[in-house]
Amino acid sequence: MNTKPTTSYFNEMLTATGAVREIYQRYAHWRQDLPDGLLERKSAEAELLFRRMGITFAVYGEADGAERLIPFDIVPRIFGAAEWRRLEQGIKQRVKALNAFLHDIYHDQEIIKAGVISAHQVLDNVLYRPEMRGLDLPNQVYAHIAGIDLVRVAENEFFVLEDNLRTPSGVSYMLENRKTMMRLFPELFASHAVEPVEHYPQMLLDTLREAAPQFVADPVIVVMTPGSYNSAYFEHAFLASQMGVELVEGQDLFVHQQRVYMHTTEGPQQVHVIYRRVDDDFLDPLAFRPDSTLGVPGLLDAYCSGNVILANGIGTGVADDKSTYLHVPDMISFYLGEKPLLSNVPTWRLSESEDLKYVLAHLPELVVKEVQGSGGYGMLIGPTSSKAQIEAYKLRILSEPANFIAQPTLALSTCPTLVESGVAPRHVDLRPFVLSGKDVRLAPGGLTRVALGEGSLVVNSSQGGGTKDTWVLED
Amino acid sequence: MLSRTADNLFWMARHIERAENTARVLDVAHRTSLLPLDIEGTEAYLWYAPLNITGCAGGYGLKYGLARADAVTRYMSLDPDNPASIYTCLRLARENARAVRGAITSEMWEIINATWLEFNRQSRQLDHEKFPDFFDWVKDRSHLFRGVTLGTIMKDIALSFIKLGTFLERADNTARILDVKYHILLPNVHDVGGAADYYQWGSLLKSVSAFEAYRKIYRDVISPLRVAELLILRDDMPRSLHACMNEVEAELIVINGTSGREARRLAGERHAALHFGRIEDVFGQGLHEYLTDFLRHTSLLGQEIRDAYLARRDQFTPVPVRKQAQMQQVLATT
Repeated sequence: MNTKPTTSYFNEMLTATGAVREIYQRYAHWRQDLPDGLLERKSAEAELLFRRMGITFAVYGEADGAERLIPFDIVPRIFGAAEWRRLEQGIKQRVKALNAFLHDIYHDQEIIKAGVISAHQVLDNVLYRPEMRGLDLPNQVYAHIAGIDLVRVAENEFFVLEDNLRTPSGVSYMLENRKTMMRLFPELFASHAVEPVEHYPQMLLDTLREAAPQFVADPVIVVMTPGSYNSAYFEHAFLASQMGVELVEGQDLFVHQQRVYMHTTEGPQQVHVIYRRVDDDFLDPLAFRPDSTLGVPGLLDAYCSGNVILANGIGTGVADDKSTYLHVPDMISFYLGEKPLLSNVPTWRLSESEDLKYVLAHLPELVVKEVQGSGGYGMLIGPTSSKAQIEAYKLRILSEPANFIAQPTLALSTCPTLVESGVAPRHVDLRPFVLSGKDVRLAPGGLTRVALGEGSLVVNSSQGGGTKDTWVLED
Repeated sequence: MLSRTADNLFWMARHIERAENTARVLDVAHRTSLLPLDIEGTEAYLWYAPLNITGCAGGYGLKYGLARADAVTRYMSLDPDNPASIYTCLRLARENARAVRGAITSEMWEIINATWLEFNRQSRQLDHEKFPDFFDWVKDRSHLFRGVTLGTIMKDIALSFIKLGTFLERADNTARILDVKYHILLPNVHDVGGAADYYQWGSLLKSVSAFEAYRKIYRDVISPLRVAELLILRDDMPRSLHACMNEVEAELIVINGTSGREARRLAGERHAALHFGRIEDVFGQGLHEYLTDFLRHTSLLGQEIRDAYLARRDQFTPVPVRKQAQMQQVLATT
């Protein structure tokens, strides 16, 4: 494995000798014959479409709270059927193990008893919710919706960058990107057999139905949003409307005798499944943060009585935390008795003094992240940081080493992307969305995020990353 | 339907309708100001009418003092500080729509969103001469929105709340326009004027798209009494009080439900009064008194609708606990 910073990256479209990879050949052929400036025109058209549709997000901390577009790149990222099948198996395996882990740590804690993971790692984690102990969930599923971030470093080498088991977002972009591509380039879809993703909302609805308490024949399902000022509000509204269910805020719900109801024009109506896009901390001011105005007083009580299901469950964060991440391969062998199909990125834990020593000596080559951080905030990318930035970060690490992990700077694969100077390689990752109900299922592909700056490795939209349509070709 | 959803649908429609009506009122003021035949009085006299109709004379006075064409036009079209400006209406309509994107069709959302984006682009380069085109544009967008709504949305109670908002707002506006203009134009009901009156009354009718209807129905000179009859009692005139209350009552019956009895009663009562009313009686009571009473009534109706549906918060009647024990048992055995 090549973990050193390097100038040679795997190119999704080209082989090392510069030939076009087989899966991209039709696309490359199509692009050859394009008139000059067509891609640029189509790209401008796409931006207009997104703006008219109001597919926007708010960036935290921006003064005017203006709505911005996530840049959409019109060059697709393509997977072949066979490589996707392998990837899919690995992803499903991982999510199964993570759900088994969550069930276990809130029940018999076999994995701790077996000494695979320390009690300290699990039980002392601030994201571990003792309230969840002993609560039985249908199908033993905690993370109904998971986003697994993957990067590719070689033809057959993928790494899991992180697991997102709380409220992973981005799936609306996967769907809108496809819709936009089909509108802009219908001829491409005539010449390529691209696996559809449009059924994702239906799959999600099925998953949520399967998650319902078992005494309900026809569960009432809602999507719960923090409100229209949330950065992912578009997605919340989008998914609710695609599934044909109500989009609620905390103020629309109330708890009576451990059951959850929504205020409707017809009076109170009971709710059985809440696809919540509100963090644990804000769900219930009686149980968690008392100052939360986004939540519903008594919701935790109703949840623990089994009268309502939250998707995802409470307390899933303990399994996607960057220090638990290290143990996922062990979970796979422990619960499934299988060999992990996807690898973790080698990780140093700065709580260990050996690791800390090594990392401090090699900061310019490494990526350092906060254990509980997300969204690309608060990380250090050694190779692209200045000396002063590295020194400043070092002080942060030393003040609380256990809050950090470090990883080698990965040689993220690149994909052709339309930038100002024309089409050029840019680094990409992939977030497939994994649904767990009675079965584990996922839409083919996922969301490809692309770092638009030359040489940049940060793909997060909050840090100026863009997205691409992701194709899985049929056999 | 979620109460908050109903609330947003209702207000989305009201705000769009209000933007349209403000554009209509301003359009008439513009046209009138171009007429050579001045009604006695000054520019200020003419430009107070739109401020009075929309109830924002107070806010304007504080900011600008005397009513002047350019200042009034801008204050009522573009001013973010004016809660009744076209700017504010379109912004709020979009916020309402954004809050219920799932409950409206994507076509409806696109119209509202595109209107807002286009408004922001346009408003930067508006000068006084361009305002008439701008008013036409606002009206067009409102028509477009209603057309797209009817052409794309399911006929369920979402549409009912949208219509409720539209027609309640429209009734309110027609009553206001009639009230203010009528008294500017004609202190004495039995005066029948010459050319000046013809233009003035003509512009009042045009402001509610009733000029052609008037000619078609009456085929005669414009008489104030008939104008009032047309805009109050004729149910085939789409902006008349009667036509609006037809729709309001019908939608309340569709929505129906366990609450809203008082709203239905109020709407029914008012509708019956319009249905069986005679214009002589309206003038017997005094047009201004009649319209003031009507406005009070619609505002009361609006409050009833809010309490019964839009902000409904029920006191829960406890249900037997028996069932819950069963539920927990089921869970324990899974």
